[in-house]
Amino acid sequence: MEAIINGLYQALTLLLGGDAELYQVILLTLQVSGTATLISIFLGVPVGLTLALKDFPGKQACLSFINFGMGLPPVVVGLFVSLLLWRYGPLGALGLMYTSWAMIIAQAVIASPIVAGLTFAAIGSLNPKLRLQLISLGAAWPQTYWLLIKQARIGLLAAVMAGFGGVVSEVGASMMVGGNVKGETRVLTTATVMEVGKGNYDLALAFSFVLLLVAYAVVALLTYSQNKGKGGWS
Amino acid sequence: MTRLKWALLFGVLLALMLAGCGGQPEKVQQPAKPARPDVILATTTSTQDSGLLDVLIPAFEKKTGYKIKTIAVGSGQAIVMGEKGEADVLLTHAPDAEKKIASAGTVVSRRLVMHNDFVIIGSKEDPAGIKGKAAKDALAAIAGGKKLFVSRGDNSGTHQLEKKLWPLAAVKPEGTWYQEAGAGMGQTIKIADEKKGYTLTDRATYLAQQKNISLAILVEGDAKLLNIYHVMEVNADKFAKVNKEGGKAFGDFLLSAEGQEIIRVFGKDKFGQPLFFADGGKTEKDFGL
Repeated sequence: MEAIINGLYQALTLLLGGDAELYQVILLTLQVSGTATLISIFLGVPVGLTLALKDFPGKQACLSFINFGMGLPPVVVGLFVSLLLWRYGPLGALGLMYTSWAMIIAQAVIASPIVAGLTFAAIGSLNPKLRLQLISLGAAWPQTYWLLIKQARIGLLAAVMAGFGGVVSEVGASMMVGGNVKGETRVLTTATVMEVGKGNYDLALAFSFVLLLVAYAVVALLTYSQNKGKGGWS
Repeated sequence: MTRLKWALLFGVLLALMLAGCGGQPEKVQQPAKPARPDVILATTTSTQDSGLLDVLIPAFEKKTGYKIKTIAVGSGQAIVMGEKGEADVLLTHAPDAEKKIASAGTVVSRRLVMHNDFVIIGSKEDPAGIKGKAAKDALAAIAGGKKLFVSRGDNSGTHQLEKKLWPLAAVKPEGTWYQEAGAGMGQTIKIADEKKGYTLTDRATYLAQQKNISLAILVEGDAKLLNIYHVMEVNADKFAKVNKEGGKAFGDFLLSAEGQEIIRVFGKDKFGQPLFFADGGKTEKDFGL
């Protein structure tokens, strides 16, 4: 109990004291996981939309694959991304191993199926007649898709939050492909693991509290916009 | 209004992304920037967990303009990274494995940097009665009494030494009393502490963890428990992608007067005793090995 209070106290001291190292870690965490989430939106939403609105052979197989991907173990992703990005791996020439880009790639791989799967669920739960009505009212397909996205935005925001939450709290892949390099790939989760190894439990707890705070702040922002939109259009 | 909020949200995310791509914090560096500034250092957990790297690396970076990427893993894994050409320089404490890759030409210029010692720690009650014994007798007593021993179990330098000690004690470590943590040193000490077991640790990590645990040093000072750290540069003739200059610069720095001084005084203020003994210029022969 005392350790928790000490940790909280230290978290507050570091946060309010403007500890440069801590803010760098926070910024990097947001950059890496934010970028990965953005990429996963660009990859996941179109896939989820297509799966929800189009019929094609092999659709069930695709769906089961996406659903399986939603629970992809991060360490496995980390291992595969490592093997690809090693200097002497197939993508070694890019020199991405132990950079924040390596982490972004790994996290995007983790988040994309989550976003795709939840997008599918969100669009799929709309009344199917809505789409037909839009088409019959003369909407072109980009317009139709856009209106459907707007209609399902609460579910879509949930998809984004789940994707972000999944990657911001992930440590296995980040440690493996990022290496916890100070100022470059040290994010809140890897910093926590390192401080535990050093025996600095209060500092580890401080990082944990900040992680919770950051994750909550982002999700709260998204939730706010989610509810804000409720009574708006539609 | 709502549209504005959406635009705002998107803008924030976009700004974050852009900052993530381009905005690496740029530090003002006095020395001329080397052609290839990034140097990958594969090292053991004890150098990081003890805090030594937190003072060594900033000093090196400031002096030379290189940027060290520390990958702190067990010595076993660090050596494998060297064997695959995925690291530029290694700082490890697994002499037998090091000699193997040195004679295979995987690494060059293997130099002794520093030493400290391993200790066997356990609860103060000491159920196996090992206090003050020689390392092999202590392990034999732990095995004989089937008292819990927590092993690193990760092929790290510490684990490799431990595996060399068991045959000396004429024991095959098997059974419920012998548990493999598969974790770094700090974590393994913590596990041993929670379970009131024995474990083998380097002194530096023990001292760093001491404030969190109740385990005490029971066996120390045995010549078998010497813990020697070497720096090695991965052979650039074998792996063209290795940062030869950077690896050499780091090795040279560790053995320079400045590097050795940092090692010599590290930990004195915090623990009242140095965590490592600087050994620049010595070889294993000086330790009777």
